[in-house]
Amino acid sequence: MGSNPTSATSKTLPKALSQVEGSAAEGPPSLTAPTGILGELEAKFGGEAVTPQATADHIPTVWTPVAKVREVLRHLKSGVERPYRTFYDATAIDERLRANPPANLNGGQPTSDFTVVYHLLSYERNEYVRVKVALEESRLSVPTITDLWPAANWYEREIWDMFGIRVEGHPHLERILMPKTWNGHPLRKDHPARATEMGPFAMPDEKEQREQEALRFRPEDWGMKRSSETSDFIFLNLGPQHPGTHGVLRVVVQLDGERIVDLVPEIGFHHRGAEKMAERQTWHTYIPYTDRVDYLGGVMNNLAYLTALEKLAGVRVPPRAQVIRVMLSELFRIISHLVWYGTFAQDLGQMSPVFYTLNDRERAFEIIEAICGARMHPGWFRIGGVAQDLPNGWDKMFRDFIAYLPPRLKEYDKIVLRNSLIKGRTQGVGAYKLDEAIEWGVTGPNLRACGFEWDFRKKQPYAGYEQFEFDIPTAQHGDCYDRALVRVEEMRQSLRIIEQCVKNMPEGAYKATDSRLAAPPLKEHTMRDIETLIHHFLGVSWGPVVPPGEALGAIEATKGNNGYYLISDGGIGAYRARIRTPSFNHMQTLPMLSRGLMVPDLLAILGSIDFVLADIDR
Amino acid sequence: MISFKDIVAAVLTVVGVLFVALTIAAGLIWVERRLLAVWQDRYGPNRVGPLGLFQVLADTIKLLAKEDWIPPFADKPVFVIAPAIVMITVLFSFAVLPVARNIVIADLNVGLLYFLAMSSMGVYSIVLGGWASDNKYSLLGALRASAQMISYEVFMGLSLMGVVLVAGSFKLSDVVEWQNRNVWFVLPQFPGFVLFLIAGIAETRRLPFDLPEADSELVAGFHSEYSGMKFGMFFVGEYLGVTLVSALIAVLFFGGWLGPVFGLAGWARTALGIVWLLVKTFLFIGFFILLRAALPRPRFDQLMSWGWKWMLPLALANLLVTGAVVMTMSK
Repeated sequence: MGSNPTSATSKTLPKALSQVEGSAAEGPPSLTAPTGILGELEAKFGGEAVTPQATADHIPTVWTPVAKVREVLRHLKSGVERPYRTFYDATAIDERLRANPPANLNGGQPTSDFTVVYHLLSYERNEYVRVKVALEESRLSVPTITDLWPAANWYEREIWDMFGIRVEGHPHLERILMPKTWNGHPLRKDHPARATEMGPFAMPDEKEQREQEALRFRPEDWGMKRSSETSDFIFLNLGPQHPGTHGVLRVVVQLDGERIVDLVPEIGFHHRGAEKMAERQTWHTYIPYTDRVDYLGGVMNNLAYLTALEKLAGVRVPPRAQVIRVMLSELFRIISHLVWYGTFAQDLGQMSPVFYTLNDRERAFEIIEAICGARMHPGWFRIGGVAQDLPNGWDKMFRDFIAYLPPRLKEYDKIVLRNSLIKGRTQGVGAYKLDEAIEWGVTGPNLRACGFEWDFRKKQPYAGYEQFEFDIPTAQHGDCYDRALVRVEEMRQSLRIIEQCVKNMPEGAYKATDSRLAAPPLKEHTMRDIETLIHHFLGVSWGPVVPPGEALGAIEATKGNNGYYLISDGGIGAYRARIRTPSFNHMQTLPMLSRGLMVPDLLAILGSIDFVLADIDR
Repeated sequence: MISFKDIVAAVLTVVGVLFVALTIAAGLIWVERRLLAVWQDRYGPNRVGPLGLFQVLADTIKLLAKEDWIPPFADKPVFVIAPAIVMITVLFSFAVLPVARNIVIADLNVGLLYFLAMSSMGVYSIVLGGWASDNKYSLLGALRASAQMISYEVFMGLSLMGVVLVAGSFKLSDVVEWQNRNVWFVLPQFPGFVLFLIAGIAETRRLPFDLPEADSELVAGFHSEYSGMKFGMFFVGEYLGVTLVSALIAVLFFGGWLGPVFGLAGWARTALGIVWLLVKTFLFIGFFILLRAALPRPRFDQLMSWGWKWMLPLALANLLVTGAVVMTMSK
């Protein structure tokens, strides 16, 4: 057991770590009286139009008829005081096979075959709101809200793509993640989840032709002209194989010379059906899949998933496990940012930094490997804790790393951030205005670069972050350079957090001992009595049964707000798992950032917004 | 009357220069990769032969053995000729390079002009290669190349005019002899040296002036569609260009073959002169590689405005001041 000789110094923290409360919700979901935003909505629209629902995450949730949804959302955006300006997420749920529909104040959820769910976020209130729309199978359509939030565009396309719910009035309702030639809508419950259910795969010539033809870009489809009065445009197909796109991203750029007139990012080449897989896995066995969503974020993904799941299941995480989680997550934030740092410089034509930062990352991976045995995708967190305790000598490894990295970062400041060519390439290029960023759902370092001091670790603490001292780095201009500044400073702050973890690691269990949902339960307890032995047997061979309900768990991940919206119908796995990723939003803002600039600027912007294709496509 | 001895000497010089230039250019593939590796905390090619020296050979065999692929949409004759142009023009330029006293293939009295003309011709290789590829990335690369080369050639020529004014000759051996009598040109013509160095980097399309290639933006720019030995020609052509520009810097500004002679005379002194030239050349080659390891790439418009707004006026000012000085001194 990795006992820590310095744990006596925990007094240096604002709160003693031994008093940590678990991130679990208090008790089972309870019906709350309509206060706050629910009260405001009811006062405006009346009880008919907005029906509240209690949820495990205590996010105000209302059902509204499809005819009213635009009105309700518009009111939330601009009608209420301290409005919900940020479009956070929109998705759908195929309710047809759900065993335990949620109870609400009117007694049972409305008859619904498909539910469309909108999540909005208000920074002024520091609160989410969830608006749900019930649809019948015979009339699967919702009105578009792209005129309220342009950011809804891709989300609505995804709803159409995945569920076949038509979005009326959408400017370009087309598949977004699946190929245009795909049959069916994958997240419907009647769509096969495995290749073995679909018959053997064949690619005869005519099918190949058809698939290739489907990939042909037609400017007219996107309302683009092929020429202006003075020039013919070039349509440059950047990707899906291109050294500057960091993965299989396709950007079709409309060029006038080297100047970008407009562009269309095309995503989906990295789509692996992560949400569909969740429906086939148990709550426990899905953990390693989350690693691969933001594949540079490692256990940070586990944390997002488990934050939601532990709210739903009401599992308390013991203090030691919390601190281990924070420590590893912050190390992965550094790892992710180091990769970004090097590739960002490389996108600007600077060849060397990527080798330096990847060497540093290697040192961090050595720690991860010593603790978890794996490197990029440890899948190390478990329901109610982590997989194993820290190994002997773990603290020395961290101490060495904490001493090693800062001088290196200082050197990179000289090479990269203070280089005048880099400044010339990035300052004033691809800037967000703060209001734009908020409306488009931009989060993380990209938001903070606009001068908005907002970090979910501070504002909505989870996993015990409230006990740590760290600053929220911000910058002012929101351009490529400022985004870089924020990320570099974040690495230093993460080191601070890790240092506090090392100095104050509490003693105790590394996994919850008081919950039978903690999977797998600690072995020593299973040997004590038949009850826990059976729980162990069921939890491992079958899966932990999570009570029916729903919860959103959103964290400050490496690239921004990563949220898991989990729905349980009382089974051993998710009935529906929605993964809201920051990269998806950020990629959607690419045309806005790049219009009127030049091709090299596009690559600078791509490098600076720091996305991972797997995080976009899931 | 040309004697048999003269012919043998001329042939030997040609073969010697050709051999040395090509060997250096090929060897640079290894030198650059190893040096970059050293500066980037990694090993580089170290497996084939001692210190990985045979990597060059392995690369050459690979390039030669590759399928000679010409894209069906390319303009075939132009596509084939383009990579040859860069090799030919650079190799032709070596003709006027004095490697030691009285050892030069063609000591033209318009040597410098000849070099400038040849390096202008080299642009055709890039532009035609990019155009004939019928690929949008290649086209953008070619466009960038033509704009960049034209802009930087203007002050490349001007930056050398100071040297010409002072030495009173376009002949390269005269330039060296002037330095032998007086002082290396790097001192009196320091601005000219800096300007020529910058123009030389731009001319050889090396970072930070590798915009025609710009791998993170344009995939491989003008040579995206090239493979096999045709790509190899662009590749070696680039290294030949680096060697040529480095050697020219050594000859024009650092005294060429001049250096301590340690009391040697005759052929030994000549040989030592060649060694000095090689040493100076390699120093600048190393500097070229270091630049590649250190600097990012500016944007196209920044590069252009740099060239026209700073380099050109500076070159003109240098010429003006030098001219004034020469005029007053000669009176």
